[in-house]
Amino acid sequence: MLELIQTLGKKGLDFFERLGRACILFTRILGGLHTLIPRVGLVIYQIYSVGVLSLLIIVVSGLFVGMVLGLQGYNTLVDFGAEESLGVLVALSLVRELGPVVAALLFAGRAGSALTAEIGLMKATEQLSAMEMMAIDPVQRVLAPRFLAGFIAMPLLAAIFSAVGVMGGYFVGVGLVGVDEGAFWSQMQDSVDLYDDIYNGVIKSVVFGVVVTWIAIFEGSDSIPTSEGVSRATTRTVVHSSLAILGLDFVLTALMFGEI
Amino acid sequence: MNTRIVEIWVGIFIAAGAAALFMLAMKVSNLASYTDDEGYTITAKFEDASGLKVRSPVAMAGVRLGRVTDIKFDNISLEAIVTMRIESQYKTLPKDTSASIYTAGLLGEKYVGLEPGGDEASLKQGSRIKLTQSSMVLEKLIGQFVAQFLNNDNSDKDK
Repeated sequence: MLELIQTLGKKGLDFFERLGRACILFTRILGGLHTLIPRVGLVIYQIYSVGVLSLLIIVVSGLFVGMVLGLQGYNTLVDFGAEESLGVLVALSLVRELGPVVAALLFAGRAGSALTAEIGLMKATEQLSAMEMMAIDPVQRVLAPRFLAGFIAMPLLAAIFSAVGVMGGYFVGVGLVGVDEGAFWSQMQDSVDLYDDIYNGVIKSVVFGVVVTWIAIFEGSDSIPTSEGVSRATTRTVVHSSLAILGLDFVLTALMFGEI
Repeated sequence: MNTRIVEIWVGIFIAAGAAALFMLAMKVSNLASYTDDEGYTITAKFEDASGLKVRSPVAMAGVRLGRVTDIKFDNISLEAIVTMRIESQYKTLPKDTSASIYTAGLLGEKYVGLEPGGDEASLKQGSRIKLTQSSMVLEKLIGQFVAQFLNNDNSDKDK
């Protein structure tokens, strides 16, 4: 019995210790951001590896998510004779929810895991220690550019996802099943509000970008420097960031759209 | 990888992201028809403004002239005061214009429809529309219809 309580206490302490380390790392990264001003090249290369290389998966999934929304939405709406509202349905669900959330989940799987694995292996092969030996702060040289790149890339990816999804819904709705084109766009423009919907979607994707990159960088630099440790850290990155995205999405939605 | 190619790709990526945001703002949202502080506001008192919302359209002859900006309750007359912002290009609305609340379609959104009058003077900032007609509440309408129907039935029997 006592052992059980002890295990629980140890788990709790471990959790808060990790949380504390993560927060310290976060503030150190924020503090190191200013050193990036003369080293924009580092950030650009990281934007390439987390953003540009994620473009393919984002565009393809956005297109298919939009097309499925168009098809399913049409099948439901046509029963009520409201198929003209298809544009509203596709645009609102993409801009408010699916764009930021699905793009962030894909980002966590595609870019977050790669970040963790890269940083974990750098730690395992003692590259980070070597940098410290040369009086280079690895937080400034390695972690900060990656964090900034994730922060910049994520909202752009989410916007591309939503835009491509709307196009996908348009192809299926107007091209395939024959919703009127004018009604599709005009009803959409009537119901989607720039501030309520699009700005809030962008805010969501910024928050997700910060959280996913933070988790990925922390797990990488906190991993046990063995092959098993790195693989575990990569798994944890994907699991924790997905959970964080979905949980935060509810909180943000309640704050933005809810009456709570 | 060549630095130049990396930079070009990042440039394309950022441009594509910005273009996507721009498309969302212009094509998907209502920004294109957004009129913020331009125009003038007029008010109208309605006995019943149920279903009307802030940002509902205000239209005359089927053309949208502005939007509802505020709906308040008047403590004295116990009516709803609806404030509407009309775009500044429509400045020749006659002073005795009347306002009614209509429904777009059978179950669609409510909007304020304006009917022109014949007065020479036109509505200005802060003017009040005096002639108003409240929104049709479907339940009330059905109630009236049923009551009339029953009355007719009874009077037929009396004959």
